[in-house]
Parts: sequence; C-alpha cells; structure tokens
Amino acid sequence: MKYVDEFRSETLARDLAATIAREADPGRSYAIMEFCGGHTHAIFRYGVQDLMPGNVSFVHGPGCPVCVLPIPRLDNAIEIAERHKAILLTYGDMMRVPASKRRSLLKAKAGGADVRMVYSVADALKVARANPERQVVFFAIGFETTTPPTAVALLTAEREGLANFSVFCNHVLTPSAMQQILDVPGQSIAIDAFLGPSHVSSVIGSAPYERFARDFHKPVVIAGFEPLDVMYSALMAIRQLNEGRAEVENQYTRVVTREGNLKAQAMVAEVFELRDSFEWRGLGAVPGSALRLRERFRAFDAETRFALTPSTGTDVKGCECPAILRGQKKPLDCKLFGTVCTPDNPVGSCMVSSEGACAAYWSYRRHQAGEHMPAEDEAFGEEAVA
Amino acid sequence: MTDATPRPMARRFPVRLDIARGKVEMTHGGGGRAGAQLVEEIFFRHFGNAELAKAADQAQLSIAGGRIAVSTDSHVVSPLFFPGGDIGTLAVNGTVNDVAMAGAQPLWLTAGFILEEGFPLADLDRIAASMARAAAEAGVEIVTGDTKVVDRGKADGVFITTSGIGVIPEGVSLGAARIQAGDAIIVSGSMGDHGMAILSRRESIDFDSPVESDCAPLNGLVGVMLAVAPNLHALRDPTRGGLAAVLNELAHDSGTGMLIDEQAIPVSETVHAACELLGLDPVNIANEGKLVAFCPAAEADRLVAAMRTHPRGRDAAVIGHVTPGQAGLVRMRTRFGGERVVDWLNGEQLPRIC
Repeated sequence: MKYVDEFRSETLARDLAATIAREADPGRSYAIMEFCGGHTHAIFRYGVQDLMPGNVSFVHGPGCPVCVLPIPRLDNAIEIAERHKAILLTYGDMMRVPASKRRSLLKAKAGGADVRMVYSVADALKVARANPERQVVFFAIGFETTTPPTAVALLTAEREGLANFSVFCNHVLTPSAMQQILDVPGQSIAIDAFLGPSHVSSVIGSAPYERFARDFHKPVVIAGFEPLDVMYSALMAIRQLNEGRAEVENQYTRVVTREGNLKAQAMVAEVFELRDSFEWRGLGAVPGSALRLRERFRAFDAETRFALTPSTGTDVKGCECPAILRGQKKPLDCKLFGTVCTPDNPVGSCMVSSEGACAAYWSYRRHQAGEHMPAEDEAFGEEAVA
Repeated sequence: MTDATPRPMARRFPVRLDIARGKVEMTHGGGGRAGAQLVEEIFFRHFGNAELAKAADQAQLSIAGGRIAVSTDSHVVSPLFFPGGDIGTLAVNGTVNDVAMAGAQPLWLTAGFILEEGFPLADLDRIAASMARAAAEAGVEIVTGDTKVVDRGKADGVFITTSGIGVIPEGVSLGAARIQAGDAIIVSGSMGDHGMAILSRRESIDFDSPVESDCAPLNGLVGVMLAVAPNLHALRDPTRGGLAAVLNELAHDSGTGMLIDEQAIPVSETVHAACELLGLDPVNIANEGKLVAFCPAAEADRLVAAMRTHPRGRDAAVIGHVTPGQAGLVRMRTRFGGERVVDWLNGEQLPRIC
C-alpha cells in the first residue's frame, strides 16, 4: 500500500540495521526511551529489536494515554455512568482498564450502565444530539494529539447550545511527563536518549523538547511511528551520543515542524487551561501536567456538573506498572506478568492497551521470555479464554 | 357431471401475507394460523423441498451408512444486511462450512428463527430468499425449522440458528490431532474481508470503497482439495477471531508450534488500508468464505495448484509451516524482517459480526 509499505521495507531495514551495527560503539550501551506507545507498538509488532545490535535497547516510556490514567479518575468515570446514569462515551481501550476492586467500564456496562465505545469525539456529539433527554459525557483522555478534537467538540457544543453534553477531561501533557522522568533528584537516569513523540509533536511542534536536550543533556529525536522511522531515529540518537551532542532533531519531517500546528494550539488555548497538578499512574502527582476546561466552558465540565466522590483507589499490590511507565523496570520484572495479569484479565493498565509495554510483550515477545512464562495451561486457563 | 370435478380446495389462507408492508406480529409466533401462514408463504415458498413440504415435526432422512458430521451455529449479526451478504447467507454458509471442515459433504440444514415483533416481513422475505440461494449454491436442503416471535425490544430484528448434517466420505479423517511438525499451512484466499465489511457498515465508520464480505460455501472447494490431497490433515474456517484465533487454537490442540510469514498472507488492498486506518491487524479479522488447511509439505504445491482452479480458492497460498517444540505458540516472520508472536485477539474487537 502506497505511503505505508515504503516505511516498512525489509531491504531498507536490513541496510539500516547494518549501519546501526557499524556505528554503535561496542564499548558502550545505548538505552533509548521511546516516549510513545505508538513507538512501542511498532517496535514489537515489526520485531525492530531483533534488528538491533545487543548493546542498543529500547526503554518503553509513559506515552500510552490509557496506561497513565490513575485509578481514581477511572472510578469517577464509572461513577458518572452508574450513579449519575449518564451515557458515558469512551475510546475502546478504556473499557477494559482495571479500576478499583478490579472493576472496569466493561463490567459496569455488563451491570447495566450505559457505556458506549466511540471512534471519535464527533460521534459523542451525535449521541448527545440524538438523546436530548439524557446526560451524555465524553470521557476525554490522551496527550496533545487528542486534545484539539475535544476542543472542537466543546466549541461545537457551545455554539449549538448542546446542554446535555459534557466532557470528563483527562487530557495530559507530554513535556511535563518527560520532565518528571528526567528530574529525579539524587537518582541517575538510565536513559541515554529519547525518541520524541510523533503525532503529539505535529500539534505542539518540536520546540518544547529543546529544554530537555539543553538542561539534561539528552538527545531527543522526534520519530515517526513506522518501523523504519523508529530505526532511523535510533540511528540519529546513536550518532548524537557518539558525537557528544544533545539536540532536538526531527526525523519525522514529513509531519512535524518546529512550531507545530498553530491553529490547533490556539483552539486548545481557547478551551483549556492548565491544572495545578494531576495524578499520573506511574509518575505520581505532576505539576502543570494536565488540562481542564476554562471558566467559559464550565457548563460542559462533567467535574462540575456531577458531584463526584473522591476515590482513593490504588494499584494492585505487586503490579509494577508504575516502575514500567517510568522506564525503570521491564514487564518481565513483574511477578504478575503472565501469571495473574494477561491481556484477557489485566491487573495493571500496561497490560490493556496495545500501546502498553506489558500487552506488547505478552502479545508479541513472549516466545523469547523463556522460563519466566507460565505453563501453557495456566496461560490459557479457563478465565483467560472466557 | 360438473359435480364430479373436484372443487378446488378453499385456500388455506384466503388473504395473502402483505410482505411488502407487513410486520412480524406476536400472533405469528402464537402457534396458530398466522404462524403457519408466515412459515408457508415465506419459508416454504423460498426453501421448498419435498421433506420440508411434509410440514412434520421432524425431517426423516436416509443416509447410505458411514460417518456423519453435525454442526450448529447461531447468527446474530448487526447490521442484518451488509456488502456481500446478509444474515441469511451467513446462516447457511456458516453452518455449511463448519460441516465441510470435517471433509464432509453437507446435505441438510435446519433453521430456527427468533423474530422481533415489528420486524418488516419484506426483510424477512429477502433473508429467506438469500438463504434459499445460498443453500442452492452449497447443494443443501433446509429440511426442518422453527419460528418464534419475541416482544419488540427483546431481540434485534432476527436471530437465526442453523444446524447442518453432512456425510464424511470413506477414508477422510480430519482434525487437529493429525497436525504434525513439518505440515504446510495454507489459506484459501484473502484474510479479513467479512469482518471489515461488517465494520464498514457500523455507525460512525464509512469507507469510500466498501469491502464486500467473502461469505460463501466452501464445500465445493473442499471436494476439490480432497480429490488431490486425500492425506489432508486438518481444515478450519477462520471466522471470529480470524486467522490468529484458528492458528492458536490448533497449535494448542495439536501440541505443535506454528511459524507463518506475514508477506505470504493474502490481504486485499482495501482491507489492508482499512486496517491501517483503524489500527487493526488482518490476522485478527473474521472471514466467512475462507479456510486454513494443514497438509504434508510434499503435497502442498499440488494442493495449492488445485485450490487455485476453484473460484473460492483462486488466491490460495502457503503461508507457513508447523514447527516442533514451542507447543501452542504461533510466531510470525514480519514483513519487516523481525519476528513476533501472533496472539489471540485480546478482548472484543467487534461484537456480533456473524
């Protein structure tokens, strides 16, 4: 398929792999954090790690919107659907993410709550128009890529006076997450370079990462989501490290500019403002890391419209999602991985989305996990198949 | 002598069903005259065959001896009509194919209908006509059936359960247990057409060039295959869960591993493009007119060549082989040159596709 196959060429991949093998210094190792779940997914789905020399490794970052949403927010979403009897609209992956007491939106739906999957926020508006007598809430999650569409929806709802529509806003910001990963006082960071977000950067541009390169002396290469993008970006990062440079470089020039999409930025600024602080699964409370609706849109804010109970839900004991999201542990370091936690029966959020590191490991790499994996019968036990 | 001419019997149902404008009513399921009329004027009219015409409580069928294959399948697809077929074609082909995967020649079907009050008779008529056409193509007769009506809101238009009976030819024995290391893995054509056709008609997604469902009977193709490769080890139709689910099931059941080559798996350009757009993988998407075959490697080329002579196997291809060890694990050499596991689909990609 045109404009897709070109970025997945086996011949080019082999050439690129040979170049990386030639240029990577055998005297050192390269730990490259790919920020986005989209990168993680590409690395696993296409087997990119197989083509890398042994001293080049990928560390999986927190850029999976489903993975970083903390349990209390999910509990609130369930509450909106169950207690407040609203139609709750959400992207598909959110349905299975475990909330407190191993509940989930999927289980709430089975229990009678009106939870529906949508492919875009535009569909949420359609549902709101079609059900004027019901409260319709869009469960907004995601980084800067999904924020502009939510802004458009809110502007539309305001224009149309769509009084039964509201947004439960959980939009988060990439640069603050990167800051949180790098800025750990007293701890050395085991990450040599970053592959920067691709689609997020199409909105915010590459400029916001410049301070990380400068202040923390870490190369950042904005990388596309195709496997050749990822490999070439890794090569660019390796070259920077070899040459002692730490700059923001843009591999994804076919989409990303330094300034980003100014129109989208203006729209987001019109609708949203910074929260003082927001809780991330894995990263904890991160100052200035998320958005909420501005005063002008308060009428469409589900957090004001519904009285929500503060939840104290926490991750299941033993679940290593937090450390995995910070890049400090690998999925195989988690005792729950593949035993009680599988994609069919996830305990932690990283096992849910195809962009989550644990789900990617389970789905694509478990043939290399060796004895760590549970016995066949255990893995395909009754519960998993049900 | 006029009295000697028998008077034509009064029509059993003096007023015909208004198929164009009528709707299913609760009385159609009440066991009375209305139900009998519905069955006669829609189902008998389309399915007409001697056995069904007896309108008995059961069909009585003769077989020459040997082994029979029996299968049953319920169909709840939404939407009921989709590009390339409808719930009727699906209900016939789905069961015909399940029977055919035993290497059997499907002969008879039963059909149970659960109708929702208010369902347009015109749609029911159209579905029955599709079933009749599909049955004729597959060479099977619908010999007995049942109709129930439920209150509006208690079903989604129509649900159809079909059971199929077929006769297994002497010497044919197919099953997961016969799969062994070294076997070639063959698919009969492009993957993902049916699931994508359904998806394209779901609300909120519309493709410019709709994908057509591949819904079709496979017994003809199976006949061709058995003629050239009587030593076929196993057949399976990759419906819900797609190729990935079938390979994982069979790898698990046969205690073998499997290695497939992504490059070799036939996928249409449109399905490929739609998968890119929606973030799906063609190996997880349902088919309704494709099969996966396992045979000794030495017979693979001959088998594929024969399959390609049949309209339902024109794009048949060897996509991989069965490996010793790593029992239950399906691996894929990616188009990109790496390797990965091919897993069952996690969770539910799309409910009610068949």
